[in-house]
Amino acid sequence: MADRYIEPDTPELRARWGNFAWTAENAEKAKDIIARYPAGRQRSAVMPLLDLAQRQVGAEENTQGWLPIPVMEYVAAQLDMPIIRVVEVATFYTMYNIAPIGRFHVQVCGTTPCMLRGSDDIIAACKKRGMKKGHTTPDGMWSFTEVECMGNCASAPMVQINDDNYEDLTPERLDAVLDALAKGETPKAGTQEPGRHTVEPSGGPTTLKQMVTENHDYRGEW
Amino acid sequence: MPKVTVDGVELEVPAGATVLQACELAGKEIPRFCYHERLSIAGNCRMCLVEVKPGPPKPQASCALPATEGQEIRTDSEMVKKAREGVMEFLLINHPLDCPICDQGGECDLQDQSVAYGRGASRYDENKRAVTEKYMGPLIKTTMTRCIHCTRCVRFSEEIAGVDEIGALYRGENMQITTYLEHAAKHEMSANVIDLCPVGALTSRPYAYEARPWELKKTLGIDVSDAIGANIRIDSRGREVLRVLPRINDDVNEEWISDKARYQVDGLIKRRLDKPFLRRDGKLVPASWGEAFAAIASLNPGNSIAAVAGDMLDCETMFAARKLVGALGSNLLEGRQTGMDYDTSSLAAVNFNSTLGGIETADAILIVGSNVRSEAPLVNVRLRKAVKAGAKVFLVGPEWETTFGGEFLGDDLSVLGKLPAHVGEALKGAARPAIVVGGAGLGRGGLEAALALAGEFRLVRDLEDGTRWNGFNVLHMAAARMGGLMLGYAQKGGIADIVAAKPKVLISLGADEVDYTRFADSMIVYIGHHGDKGAHAADVILPAAAYTEKAGTYVNTEGRVQMADKAVFAPGDAREDWSILRALADAFNVSVGFDSFEELRAAMISEVPALGIEGLADYGSDLPAGGGSATGVIAYPVKDFYMTNPIARASATMQRCSAELLHGEEIAEAAE
Repeated sequence: MADRYIEPDTPELRARWGNFAWTAENAEKAKDIIARYPAGRQRSAVMPLLDLAQRQVGAEENTQGWLPIPVMEYVAAQLDMPIIRVVEVATFYTMYNIAPIGRFHVQVCGTTPCMLRGSDDIIAACKKRGMKKGHTTPDGMWSFTEVECMGNCASAPMVQINDDNYEDLTPERLDAVLDALAKGETPKAGTQEPGRHTVEPSGGPTTLKQMVTENHDYRGEW
Repeated sequence: MPKVTVDGVELEVPAGATVLQACELAGKEIPRFCYHERLSIAGNCRMCLVEVKPGPPKPQASCALPATEGQEIRTDSEMVKKAREGVMEFLLINHPLDCPICDQGGECDLQDQSVAYGRGASRYDENKRAVTEKYMGPLIKTTMTRCIHCTRCVRFSEEIAGVDEIGALYRGENMQITTYLEHAAKHEMSANVIDLCPVGALTSRPYAYEARPWELKKTLGIDVSDAIGANIRIDSRGREVLRVLPRINDDVNEEWISDKARYQVDGLIKRRLDKPFLRRDGKLVPASWGEAFAAIASLNPGNSIAAVAGDMLDCETMFAARKLVGALGSNLLEGRQTGMDYDTSSLAAVNFNSTLGGIETADAILIVGSNVRSEAPLVNVRLRKAVKAGAKVFLVGPEWETTFGGEFLGDDLSVLGKLPAHVGEALKGAARPAIVVGGAGLGRGGLEAALALAGEFRLVRDLEDGTRWNGFNVLHMAAARMGGLMLGYAQKGGIADIVAAKPKVLISLGADEVDYTRFADSMIVYIGHHGDKGAHAADVILPAAAYTEKAGTYVNTEGRVQMADKAVFAPGDAREDWSILRALADAFNVSVGFDSFEELRAAMISEVPALGIEGLADYGSDLPAGGGSATGVIAYPVKDFYMTNPIARASATMQRCSAELLHGEEIAEAAE
């Protein structure tokens, strides 16, 4: 995160993205999004529109998507707001990519609970596949960043890849996920632990055990 | 009116006041960086922490906390002291220790407040943050590592200037203040962010490494770059004016000045006329004062003499010239150099009657023929405030980029005769309607047509609160205009009358916009300070003082009489204008009735008493009826905001601004 910088505004960038415009489908979506806000407050739509623009850019170049300067200008013009305000938003939130990104953006959580549960091994596994922190692999497949807590501590360690989280990882399970993604498959999102559905305690509950099968009334036992 | 207790002293504060304001009313100093009276409240520097009961048991940011009934505020407790020390330590963590090479040193809020409220030493021994320099144009020098993220500059450009161009990118420790893609800040008030910056992050580029504040002599002056009469402080060292800063005057300039007022002063040492010149065989050659006077006197003009006043003159000079011309039996005086000939029989009809502060309260404004942004940036700021308060603005004239919206009705004066229905309704329904007529709207019957509208929409009226409202405004562009009109520098037919009179001698008092080809048969005596258009046409040049080099009285476009002091001496053989005119009287062998500046000023005040009283001159509020029809396409006279007067034209800074900001030239940065 520390090394986030806007992709410089070069003639090549202008040539590639200067005539960015919504696809017919996204234009419809953009209209819907803007209509959600009261008249005169259209600027509030800047965040969903930037997200939509990022996805469209991603669809066009088959990556996770990012926000070139001309695209931000396009959104600013549509919402009739100063471009600097759009850039402020885009640079503040890390889910907006402001520099080119790979097909899959692998964000490994390295915060304490994940670290205790082995995120170091996950990071090592990523590096073994040729990923480098803050960089995209030469084939354009993988962008790798280490991020702070993503709120999946109960199923740590975890990675977020594009729109999905993959939890309860081991290096092997991560490899399986990444291999599947590389092959164009859609691996199951969420926990990768067999038999676990979401973030319920592994190996069954340790408290309120009787609640598993019925709505047990504990009050008499207190 | 809540009652609060500040450090044990009970006082009543106005409703809506913040705790910080309450403390100030109680006479307590509250340190602050992000809070500024004229900007919105941000509350992000945390320096203004105080202890407030009732409330959570922790220090509170006083700038963002409303004062409420029964609050007990402490600014002197141990908690407050520790809080301030803590905040200051955090602010200094990433602030470089480069005060010795920082231009803000000596007038730096951070420096002062760390001495007063800091703990004296830092416990931080990690690496400091560093931020790359940002380019913000030819006027603002940036050292962004010093930035403490108070966001005053961001709020100024958004709220006051109305041009969103500065923003805060990234977040947290990586936050950086920058203009969009590091484009130059492009508006007429941009350099005010330098004054607002509490640290040395934004400093003055032309003034970089010139001087320390304690070396400078500070003189109170009046700006002459436009007709607003902004109150300025002239900082000089030795014989050189190094910089100009705004003074606070809520009635005139609040605490802003335009970039031209601030930065044209480096033109004061360029292209100066520092000795008399005489035209011999078609060429101007240096001469002595004696030779120059002899040459003028030998012409023996009698009453065939006229005076044309320039745009930046003080009233004393104009009065002295009037006395001289009068002593020779002439009354040919004119100040409207470009040939305007509007009727000046009623000064109220050519005055900014609503006052600069009053225009903020107007609720429907019709602007006729004025590109306010380049003709009077400070009025533009007021108009923006009016619009923010709900005023509707309509403009007649070619479209320009306003910072307050507004509706352009057409660029021909004839629009005044047939205003669209909704405009008429807006003006009719307004409680405080106003019309602003600019220089381009005065001629060709424009003034009369506007006066007719003033009658139709009852611009002069008694308001419900008992005060009198006069919404008819003329926005001049020359600092000398209102003073000149009060001193009779207006012929019925404008300068054409002077041309028709074919005077033997034409005294040009720093008049650089006159078409001198029409005075081919006259001897042109140029009394001025810059070798500009006027001097090129002159037959005799008598070097005089610029506005920083003489004391003087100025009347701004709202008729406000203000006095300025002399900051430095004029260069070389140049003399103050009045003494040149006094010596000319001797050369012509007539008496003008004064021998010193004090006598001159006293004589002026006895003839025009209004010039002796600082403040608004009273022109009455009765407007002539006006009438007639106006036609003609409006063309704004200011083509280049940075090049409107001889001082600015000589200024390297203004030349660079003009080239880079208005004409889009790329200026190569020298490697530092």
